[in-house]
Amino acid sequence: MTGNKRRMTAICFIGAVVFLSTVTILGSFWQEAAVETDFSRKNLAPCARYLFGTDWMGRDMFIRTVTGLSMSIRIGLLTAAVSAVIAFFLGLSAAVMGRFVDGIVTMMIDLVMGVPHMLLLILISFACGKGFWGVTAGIAFTHWASLARLIRGEVLQLKESQYIKIAEKLGKSRFYIAFFHMAPNLAPQFVTGLILMFPHAILHEASITFLGFGLSPEKPAIGIILSESMKYLAMGKWWLALFPGLFLVLVVLMFHCAGQAVCRMIDPGSAHE
Amino acid sequence: MRLEAKDISFRYTEGGRQVLNHVNLTAEEKERIGIMAPSGFGKTTLLKILSGYERPESGQVFLDGKPIADFKGYLPVQMIWQHPELSVNPRRKLKTVLAEGDWPEDSDALRNRIERELGILDEWKERYPVEVSGGELQRFCIARALGQRTRILLADEITTMLDLVTQGKLWDFLVKEIKERGITLIAVSHSEELLEKVCDKVIRLG
Repeated sequence: MTGNKRRMTAICFIGAVVFLSTVTILGSFWQEAAVETDFSRKNLAPCARYLFGTDWMGRDMFIRTVTGLSMSIRIGLLTAAVSAVIAFFLGLSAAVMGRFVDGIVTMMIDLVMGVPHMLLLILISFACGKGFWGVTAGIAFTHWASLARLIRGEVLQLKESQYIKIAEKLGKSRFYIAFFHMAPNLAPQFVTGLILMFPHAILHEASITFLGFGLSPEKPAIGIILSESMKYLAMGKWWLALFPGLFLVLVVLMFHCAGQAVCRMIDPGSAHE
Repeated sequence: MRLEAKDISFRYTEGGRQVLNHVNLTAEEKERIGIMAPSGFGKTTLLKILSGYERPESGQVFLDGKPIADFKGYLPVQMIWQHPELSVNPRRKLKTVLAEGDWPEDSDALRNRIERELGILDEWKERYPVEVSGGELQRFCIARALGQRTRILLADEITTMLDLVTQGKLWDFLVKEIKERGITLIAVSHSEELLEKVCDKVIRLG
């Protein structure tokens, strides 16, 4: 029995969106609770009252994990979206607006990809004053290059397709062809790029925060939670890393699931599935 | 409009097979020319050059004395291709194929008449190309090519995917339409009978 694949895809998408939204919304409400310390309950293993246990300052790890993930989802979504939009417009204009623009965009891609990723990220984050917006700007302005290169290549291939050439002979403008003919065909690459960028962005947020150029240490970000937990792992406090780590993987998987569902839903070939 | 191909030579790759070798062809206004040749003789390539899709290796194509490469905007030479599935964007609904045609802004009469005569149903317009048959898709491509400023129509084996009855109906409509509007036709087909029926003269190659 195959069932209605489109309906299943829609259910997957809604499930993933509900999960991600719940984590994001709960996390933003629990900002205060996540930093609340109580030394009378420190280092408690997972139990019915504290599902993910507590840390060395008696902070509830469930609340900290959800709050950290909420922060990661917001940063990940924002940076991945900004990067993907930059990549989309630069990739499209490089391939559509002639050799001069193509030359400039290709040079910019080579420049961003030529400089060590982390170095550029730290530089931008530091210049933007660190914190949430520093990290966001740093990640957003360093992650667009590979997707822009992919989109540019795809557009160059699309330019050779018969229906694009027909549209030219029908007198359609470059703008029309770019947005009405090419953009719908770039949607799968765009969504896939966005999905792949999301975990990358979260991991870079964690790394830059770990190095001291990102979020402030008192913020319950997932990167900070994981790096802090490393000191206590050897002491048998496994829950400090396991649950935040597992939930980070789950969030990435949910985002992947939502992205795949979008790809399937927008593909006309799946209309009868 | 007069379409003139002068001394056209063409090969797809440098040093590759010579597909066209010093070809000359003139299509006068309202003329209907049929081209017949075995597969691989460069019929489609010739049409692609005549409609500006390919640049010849040597020689030039003129439209009323002006090189076809100099035309900007809507090209009065429109080509209907053999494979309609490659002629439409697979990710856009079929109504957009019709919308791309060159229709008068103040009246839908021409568009509506062509759609009706070609038997295009309203329900097809909301579908994607993958959801209709090749024959149904080809009707959309034919309608799109018959815009108001089309003066020369190039047809490359356009009815091969249709049954004989539908083929006959479609050609009857096309011939009536191009005669009424004074459009020039250059048609390529393997069917001598068909070309004899719809064209004033038939050129046999090979």
